[in-house]
Amino acid sequence: MSPILGIYASQISGHLGIPIISSSDYYSIATQTVGSGGASSITFSSIPSTYTHLQLRMMVRETSTSNGYSMQFNGDTGNNYARHYLYGTGSSAAAAAAVTSTSSMILADAAISTSTTGVFGASVCDVLDYTNVNKNKVIKTLGGYDNNGNGAIFFNSGLWMNTSSVTSIVINPDAGSFAQYSSFALYGIK
Amino acid sequence: MAAGITYQPIQTQTLTLTASSVTFNSIPQGYTDLVVISNIKPSSSASGYGPSFQINGDTGSNYSYTLIYGNGSSAGSIRASSINYARYGSGGSTSTLEADVTHIMNYSNTTTYKTIFARFSQPSADTGAFVNLWRNTAAITLLTFYGNDGGSIAAGSTFSLYGIASA
Repeated sequence: MSPILGIYASQISGHLGIPIISSSDYYSIATQTVGSGGASSITFSSIPSTYTHLQLRMMVRETSTSNGYSMQFNGDTGNNYARHYLYGTGSSAAAAAAVTSTSSMILADAAISTSTTGVFGASVCDVLDYTNVNKNKVIKTLGGYDNNGNGAIFFNSGLWMNTSSVTSIVINPDAGSFAQYSSFALYGIK
Repeated sequence: MAAGITYQPIQTQTLTLTASSVTFNSIPQGYTDLVVISNIKPSSSASGYGPSFQINGDTGSNYSYTLIYGNGSSAGSIRASSINYARYGSGGSTSTLEADVTHIMNYSNTTTYKTIFARFSQPSADTGAFVNLWRNTAAITLLTFYGNDGGSIAAGSTFSLYGIASA
């Protein structure tokens, strides 16, 4: 790595501190940060129907040794979901799926109880056209974690085979709880 | 649920000449996440590694990443541990601009190490994503971006920094 040399002012044109595009289409709806006791699940309820898409931005660590966490809509715990995912383990890439009849949509892998203290996984999940009652609902997620020697990265898709408007979201760890300082932020996009 | 407008542009830099690096400094701490959208090409081919960045001027071996990629004929995954940079781009072409989006999660908290995604698309070479770890709990106030092998970035490249504040 070369030293940090910076750049000359004449080599840049730009803007600092001044909004250059409209930012009126992306709204923060709610955030949940896990306290010292952990959280067995995270729920966003009474989600406003005034947006076109939702985005969840998550920082996740789990108290168990299971990495995965997943999502359900409107309290539906039935086998009404499907999912595909492409992932990398640091040594190989692979793909997998649960094409029909599964009970949730996997989001990603997170840091776990044996991960180095301070390490959290993260993910960004888009829920598309969540109020459209003519479509089954689809999500896409980029997520994963790196623990300086192990980790994984995921491209995931999920399907909820239901045309209802999404009004609540539940996020569950595969086992155990979400650890303190895990955070889940919900945004609406016009 | 309370709702507030967010995803604010903080700064955009467009290179009119080749630059040894691009720096965002004095980054405001009033947001939850940062997003950097970059449209770049390195000024020289990679002999070791592709476009990279460093945080808060940290040149130590405090970074690591896991990468997944596809190059048109195969897919793969690579890990690098205890290195002195994080990654955000492909660097597979010096003639075609690539599109990169870097998500810097919870950048201002002082409790956790920092996890940073970078999704890259280089139409002449490959596409994929990194999940980076910076093993430091400090708030991020400075980002420095490089081309291939820690080298320079070509004219015409752009970097835009945005802030997202959660409710």
